[in-house]
Amino acid sequence: MSGTDWVIPVLLTMVLVYGALHRTDVYGTLTKGAEEGLQVLLRIAPALVGLMTVLAMFRASGALDALSSAAAPLLEWLGIPSETVPLMLLRPLSGSGALAVTGDLIAAYGPDSYVGRVAAVMMGSTETTFYTVAVYFGAAGITRTRHTIPAALTADFTGFLVAALMVRLLFGM
Amino acid sequence: MSWVLTIMAALSLFFGARTGHLSAVSAAALEGAGEAITLSLSLAGLLCLWSGVMAVVRESGLALHLARLFRPLLRRLLPRASQDPETLSAVSANLSANLLGLGNAATPLGIQAARRMAAGCGGTASDELCRLVVLNTASIQLLPTTVASLRAVHGCQAPFDILPAVWITSLVSVTAGLLCARLLSGQGGRP
Repeated sequence: MSGTDWVIPVLLTMVLVYGALHRTDVYGTLTKGAEEGLQVLLRIAPALVGLMTVLAMFRASGALDALSSAAAPLLEWLGIPSETVPLMLLRPLSGSGALAVTGDLIAAYGPDSYVGRVAAVMMGSTETTFYTVAVYFGAAGITRTRHTIPAALTADFTGFLVAALMVRLLFGM
Repeated sequence: MSWVLTIMAALSLFFGARTGHLSAVSAAALEGAGEAITLSLSLAGLLCLWSGVMAVVRESGLALHLARLFRPLLRRLLPRASQDPETLSAVSANLSANLLGLGNAATPLGIQAARRMAAGCGGTASDELCRLVVLNTASIQLLPTTVASLRAVHGCQAPFDILPAVWITSLVSVTAGLLCARLLSGQGGRP
């Protein structure tokens, strides 16, 4: 049992105890709020169907592998190890897919290797951008996302560059 | 988002046809659609639970304490949204959950904030809503526990030795995202 095992049970209990002490109808409020969650779900599901259908097609078609090998030389020049390129391309699209690739890289190169560390830092310091955008804007009923995607991808790409740079600075090659 | 989907579909068709994987592509399309519903359903419990917990946080007055903690930061980042106490407390709860590494809890909380901020926007994201989403697409967690446990599984003695690198990388990347959002929003001209 680690410290993080405590977080959720303690948090839940604390909120309920605080509510009860402040004379809130804890049960009534909780169920009413949960009902709202169901309505949100109805808006999220269609957005996810769109994203995940296209994502599955993209992976099955071999486009991801082709783009990885095309982008590798440029990224290598920027200091990003070519082994992590598939991870970079997958990271904004699929959280579980990226985690699987990170696991493969760590298994193949070792957790304390240069590639293994860069993969771990990339994974730990970025998010599943397109999933987040689809879920948030789907729930909020937004269809014109304006500059959100370019800005979020800039953040991701900066993260990848800095991840490789920081691992080189702090741990060496 | 429309462009992302269109371009990805077109690329899949192109590469699928070129490599002769089209049957796999069409099977994947059906599978992906099914997976989306499975994922939504597995999300449903969390979504309901945390929406419910957030309602208790709000009703009991706990939200006010949380909001006070983050108000100085959020007044600068989301000046309009933080004038509405309920949005402010939802964003504060969203950020706290992110920092604690509770990604599953952070999403429903962030969604509540996004829904309030999108009210009356007519389907177009405001600058502040874009900023909230950028904040959430850049991971800002103190302890990346998933990656650390993955390293530990593969025999790493100090799985958390990447922490400083992760923190600096997250900070730089979220700053770059927010700066980029600011640069690009000038052209749209919406508050």
